[in-house]
Amino acid sequence: MFDTAIIGGGIMGCASALELAEAGMSVALLERRFLASSASGVNAGTLSLTDVRAALVPYALRSVELWRTLSERLGFDIHYREIGSITVAFNDREAEVLRERIAAKAALGIAVDIINAKRAREIEPALCEDVKLAAYCAEGGYANSAATGRAYRLGLIRAGVTLHEQAEVTRIERNGDGFVVSTANGVSLNARRIVLAGGSWLGGLGKMLGIDFPVHWRVSQVSVTERMKPSVSHVVSHAYGLLTLKQSDNGTILIGGGWQGKGDPERGPAEVLPQNLIGNLRLALQTIPALQGTRIVRTWLGLQAHTPDAMPLVGPIPGVENAFILGGVRTGYTCGPYVGKLFADILLGKEPELPLFHAPFNPSRFTAPSGNERLALTA
Amino acid sequence: MSACDVIVLGAGPAGASAAIEASKAGLNVVLLDAGAAAGGQVYRAPPGSFRVTDAEAMGPDFAIGDGLRQELAASPAKCFFGRSVWHIAPGFVVRAVFEGNTEVYEAPTLIVAMGTHERVIPMPGWTLPGVMGLAAATILLKSQRILPGENTVVAGTGPLLAAVAASILKGGGKVAALVELSTRMDWVKALPSLISRPDLLKRGFGWLGELRAAGVPIYRGHALTAITGDAEVTGVEIAPVDAQWRPLAGQRRTIAADSVTIGHGLVPSTEVTRLMGAKHEYRHEQGGWVALRNEDFETTIPNIFVAGDGAGIAGAAAAALRGRITGLAVARRAGRKIDASRETTLRAQLGKAERFGHAISDLMQARPGLIETMTPETIVCRCEEVTRADLDSAIRDGARDVNQMKAWTRCGMGPCQGRMCGEAAASLLAAVQGGDRSKVGQLTARPPLRPIPYEAIVGQFDYADMELPEPQPG
Ligand SMILES: Cc1cc2nc3c(=O)[nH]c(=O)nc-3n(C[C@H](O)C(O)[C@H](O)COP(=O)(O)OP(=O)(O)OC[C@H]3O[C@@H](n4cnc5c(N)ncnc54)[C@H](O)[C@@H]3O)c2cc1C
Ligand SMILES: Cc1cc2nc3c(=O)[nH]c(=O)nc-3n(C[C@H](O)[C@H](O)[C@H](O)COP(=O)(O)OP(=O)(O)OC[C@H]3O[C@@H](n4cnc5c(N)ncnc54)[C@H](O)[C@@H]3O)c2cc1C
Repeated sequence: MFDTAIIGGGIMGCASALELAEAGMSVALLERRFLASSASGVNAGTLSLTDVRAALVPYALRSVELWRTLSERLGFDIHYREIGSITVAFNDREAEVLRERIAAKAALGIAVDIINAKRAREIEPALCEDVKLAAYCAEGGYANSAATGRAYRLGLIRAGVTLHEQAEVTRIERNGDGFVVSTANGVSLNARRIVLAGGSWLGGLGKMLGIDFPVHWRVSQVSVTERMKPSVSHVVSHAYGLLTLKQSDNGTILIGGGWQGKGDPERGPAEVLPQNLIGNLRLALQTIPALQGTRIVRTWLGLQAHTPDAMPLVGPIPGVENAFILGGVRTGYTCGPYVGKLFADILLGKEPELPLFHAPFNPSRFTAPSGNERLALTA
Repeated sequence: MSACDVIVLGAGPAGASAAIEASKAGLNVVLLDAGAAAGGQVYRAPPGSFRVTDAEAMGPDFAIGDGLRQELAASPAKCFFGRSVWHIAPGFVVRAVFEGNTEVYEAPTLIVAMGTHERVIPMPGWTLPGVMGLAAATILLKSQRILPGENTVVAGTGPLLAAVAASILKGGGKVAALVELSTRMDWVKALPSLISRPDLLKRGFGWLGELRAAGVPIYRGHALTAITGDAEVTGVEIAPVDAQWRPLAGQRRTIAADSVTIGHGLVPSTEVTRLMGAKHEYRHEQGGWVALRNEDFETTIPNIFVAGDGAGIAGAAAAALRGRITGLAVARRAGRKIDASRETTLRAQLGKAERFGHAISDLMQARPGLIETMTPETIVCRCEEVTRADLDSAIRDGARDVNQMKAWTRCGMGPCQGRMCGEAAASLLAAVQGGDRSKVGQLTARPPLRPIPYEAIVGQFDYADMELPEPQPG
């Protein structure tokens, strides 16, 4: 009997498993494929404070502190680089949006300055001359998301987490106050408490408990260039959140910004849409003229969970005692380590440093209240 | 955008034959290839400036290739060369780069005939200048008349070894040695299947005769365990192998040379069918992962057909026959009248050709013990400079799948997208899972299929006219 079974080995599942196990709980982590093989392993790796939603800024701020030592803690280099971020606007409308958004974030405690074009190009000479206004924050940076799974795997095993990979959970049943969790590859285990951390697949997992979570998905796109000589030294983003760009140590430039492709939880990410590839790359070239003359080596897509209000879905699952949901966090890669820690603190009975199960995140905002044990009804 | 009935990708024997048949049956066919002319790997056309005065001396491939090019030119198929295909959307919308710009072609049916790429299981020194694949050496020899060096070791597996060595001799070069993994016994065992094509068998013996006459040392049942030299090749080290092709300890021999050509079999190029989400299965004797297909060569994605070696290695003769059958089948299914008895004859010929082709392919396929030629320091992924030790370390950390390995080590993330290193990495992963290659999966295909110039994607634009989507929630 495990204290907690976590379903889904993305950064949310991994980060909370690590905290729980290090605090002494017995934890099982079940993952359909491999750790961090979905959003948490294919994302653009941006960990900049200027690019998270205002509501998540307090979490991102504290998460960046954890990112600084995460590689050491896990025992594998995830390549965290604190290079700061610069966000640009090219016309009056964009400048207005930038001012408004940055003001809101500054009020929440991040050290960010609005700067003029001249200053922006002094800080980041790679920027194009058309920049009208920019925002600069020295904290935050990026990490290599592809290394996430390897690092957490080592850290989780060392912390004593029981890992089941290539183990898709297909059934969850009640067993007294706890649960029996069964997988497609024949694993079946008992746990006092379960955590659904299945990213874009949360809808299907909810149905196993008889609950309809309104979890949809976005299919976001990232591209990478061939190696270039060092030219960009910050995370560069756009006022509208439609561009994030950074140059890795190996010289390649990673271009993201949430442009959409096609796909779904069943097929996975399936189809890069040329018009969105063109749009994303045009915005990048407009921002960093040095991209002229390079080659694009690869474009890929990843699924990320999306809720109707674009806010997280975190907290106890209404009507199912001892079951929790943990997902739907935008810029969840940035926020993951800290959200996982807060979540673990609550399960461990500690007072959380920031609210996590409060109304804006709580799943009860979508599920009508009910006195019945939902799982019992479906059994 | 140019619309038609069928788009054929690749103008090797398979694609060219498919385009000929489908267009002659009345379909509007567009044929795209990255090369400058039709012919593919085996019938590669000589450069434009090269005038063939003695077709006889060029060998039988030249004549077949030239015949195919003439038949294609006389057919109604519209051929576009110099087109590197980089993206395909369902429907099907094909994007190709031509002279720095993207062109778009559209058709409801797609025939994929993109051929093969070569497998090389690395050994120390294989990244030295002067070392090249058998495929690259063939291109130099066939289309540019350039020798790989002055004194060349030809090593690896399959009939390409003897073919390349014989071409080197014909071009006036010296072959330091032919080092083959298969034994005489392996060839003898394959003989019953090879007899189905006595003409090809005779050609193979012809090559061997030429090598013997020139006094070229032939080592069978041997692996190249190292290529020596600091800045350039000075020689090779070879060792006999066991039945699984593991080099035997303590029995090294050195051979002086200034160049090496190596190859360990051919792998079907499946990037398009992977990109489109078709189902594949692992068929060792056919070179690896191949798209599942029905007898009309249609994949699990309706209206995508595969032809030629890209559908499983079976050789040039089978590739052309598969192409013709696919072309006819596509026409038949589009309601065109075709000669049914001709289809029947072609299918019977294909059976014979495939028996020969599969037997040869089976001989060529790398066996599991060959991974031992990769020492810990050997670079496996040249683009990202990943060594065997790096891969072993990822396996120790729990990597079990090729995509996971790629993410964890960067092996296969560079410009070649795993075409060079994917096989070696997959073999290492399989070795810790009972040797079962099907368990370690396939690399996910991603656009662009080849690295392409930034400008070829974005084209000309003015930021002021760009319509950005709505801002992301703030
Ligand atoms: C070096 C070498 C020598 C060989 N010699 C022989 C031999 O002597 N006898 C024999 O039976 N077999 C030989 N083979 C095997 C051989 O490849 C074939 O059997 C035959 O060429 C297969 O025909 P195909 O049409 O399937 O593919 P190919 O001939 O390989 O043709 C594929 C075509 O697709 C095009 N293509 C691929 N990707 C793209 C893209 N993204 N965009 C646009 N075009 C693209 C290529 O340019 C190429 O022209 C040889 C193979 C190699 C590598
Ligand atoms: C392309 C892309 C770019 C992004 N860029 C950034 C960025 O730059 N910065 C940033 O902060 N955020 C970014 N994000 C968002 C970020 O990646 C996600 O918010 C975060 O990774 C979500 O983590 P998760 O653990 O909730 O979900 P996931 O990583 O999706 O993990 C969920 C896991 O659950 C598993 N699972 C599902 N169902 C089952 C089942 N039945 N049984 C067992 N396991 C199951 C899945 O296999 C999966 O591994 C990006 C996302 C994408 C897709």
